[in-house]
Amino acid sequence: MKISEQEVRRVAELANLALTEDEIVRMTQDLDGILGHMDKLNELDTSAVEPMSQVLYDAEETATLRADVERKPLSNADALANAAVSGQGYFKVPRVIEK
Amino acid sequence: MTIDSIRTDLLAKKVSAEEIAREALKFAEAENPKTNAYLTFAPERALASAQAVDRKIAAGEDLGPLAGVPIAIKDVIVTRGLRTTCGSRLLENYIPPYDATAVIRIEQAGGVLIGKTNCDEFAMGSSNENSAFGPVRNPVALDRVPGGSSGGSAAVIAQGTAVLSIGSDTGGSIRQPASFCGVTGVTPTYGRVSRYGLTAFASSLDHIGPFSRTVRDSARLLQVMAGRDEMDSTSASAPVPDYVAALDGDIRGLKIGVPTEFFDGLANDTGDLIQAAIGKLRKLGCEIREIHLPHTAYAVGCYYIIATAEASANLARYDGVRYTTRSSAAGTLQEMYRQTRDEGFGAECKRRIMLGTYVLSSGYYDAYYLKAQKVRALVAQDYAQAFAQVDAIVGPVSPFPAFKLGEKVDDPTAMYLSDIYTVTGDLAGIPCMSVPAGKTAEGLPVGLQVLANHFNETTMFRVADAFERVSS
Repeated sequence: MKISEQEVRRVAELANLALTEDEIVRMTQDLDGILGHMDKLNELDTSAVEPMSQVLYDAEETATLRADVERKPLSNADALANAAVSGQGYFKVPRVIEK
Repeated sequence: MTIDSIRTDLLAKKVSAEEIAREALKFAEAENPKTNAYLTFAPERALASAQAVDRKIAAGEDLGPLAGVPIAIKDVIVTRGLRTTCGSRLLENYIPPYDATAVIRIEQAGGVLIGKTNCDEFAMGSSNENSAFGPVRNPVALDRVPGGSSGGSAAVIAQGTAVLSIGSDTGGSIRQPASFCGVTGVTPTYGRVSRYGLTAFASSLDHIGPFSRTVRDSARLLQVMAGRDEMDSTSASAPVPDYVAALDGDIRGLKIGVPTEFFDGLANDTGDLIQAAIGKLRKLGCEIREIHLPHTAYAVGCYYIIATAEASANLARYDGVRYTTRSSAAGTLQEMYRQTRDEGFGAECKRRIMLGTYVLSSGYYDAYYLKAQKVRALVAQDYAQAFAQVDAIVGPVSPFPAFKLGEKVDDPTAMYLSDIYTVTGDLAGIPCMSVPAGKTAEGLPVGLQVLANHFNETTMFRVADAFERVSS
């Protein structure tokens, strides 16, 4: 086994997913199968290879800079229009600090 | 209908843009129950755009290159004031406050946005069976999948309910559904089209690209969308050539590579059609060369590490605060995050978030993520070496044609492995496309994949267009 149910529970916590017991069992099987396939990468010696994080092309150093000019941002009302819960111009979340 | 035929009819005043839009909407709404390809229609927006085109015609003003053309947009691409679900329950009621740059450019060019298309949830899937709003059915064979994740965008072209559409491709999500539905689909060079307004799945791999009936129409649509956008710092500033002007059908003397690695494990029918396509390219005067892309077998593992890692970070934002949906079972903040995500995400999204979180987690980063980034460099190097010898590469898009709904849902690893011929192009960031190459004995379409070097869309389009001329 590449991954145990216990590890799956820990990863679910890290990922902020509340998986049910059935989901944990199924997820463990699925991840085990996929991670098994990923082991194939270890056949390759990559000790001399530079990692590639992005497709890069030749560009001037300043290619991604723009002029520092004011522009209108999204309005408060527009920004909050899709909020699950809002009030007083803010996103509202359950209380995090006890009195 | 094509872009050119619509333009001719509009200028001859045979029909108005408003009439085309009304007819397109009526036909699309009537046909939709068969395929479930559209999630949302946009009649008001479509008519407003069409009327603007008609006013220009009446005033004798110049028309944009897409004037009056009905276009469908994949529902992972945001549209201001028009519901954008990403195929997810979580965003069932999400109304974006802005338009994607690609959408702005299409509408500025006179394109008429008629609706939003169904897709796998957050573009994660190869069959469109992961949409929270039900699967899309393949118009060519209604008991089969249209491919994914841009299944709806491919299906509307095959069904004739839009003239153009756009989708997104991270590991094959444009080319594979194009192949399954028998239409043209293009993944441009990474950065060629701005990703601003494309809901992020795997940012280093995501692309927006066109679908159409003809190669020429895809070339024209890409022309409209391509080019630097200051809202996306990864968009490329390289000049956009005139793709359509280069399409003269003459590809004599081009050197075309055929990678032997793309012919392992291919279904018989698919292999025969691809070989026949290569024969046609030879007849067109191309020099066919056998080439090698030795790291192909490692690409799926590499891709699913990188894509899921990036996805786990990108999907962290759906936490019950900013994006409409919050679990009613929420107690504490932590429970609210977890319950909202558990109820909101479908099984495939959860699987990928879990996989991505695992490969990035402490103790595993070097073994998986860093290793995958190094293997990605090797895959890209394979292509760089190949393009030192050839002008373009051709091969299959998928190992098999469209499969039956439900046939592969229980085996995620097998589903992932079917992306073998498409993920390498995304990892290298090169332009690649699918062009129809005929049908199997069962009547199922098979696409020929054409790949070219970075920013060499012109050569890719020339090969696909010349092939289309002799095969249709």
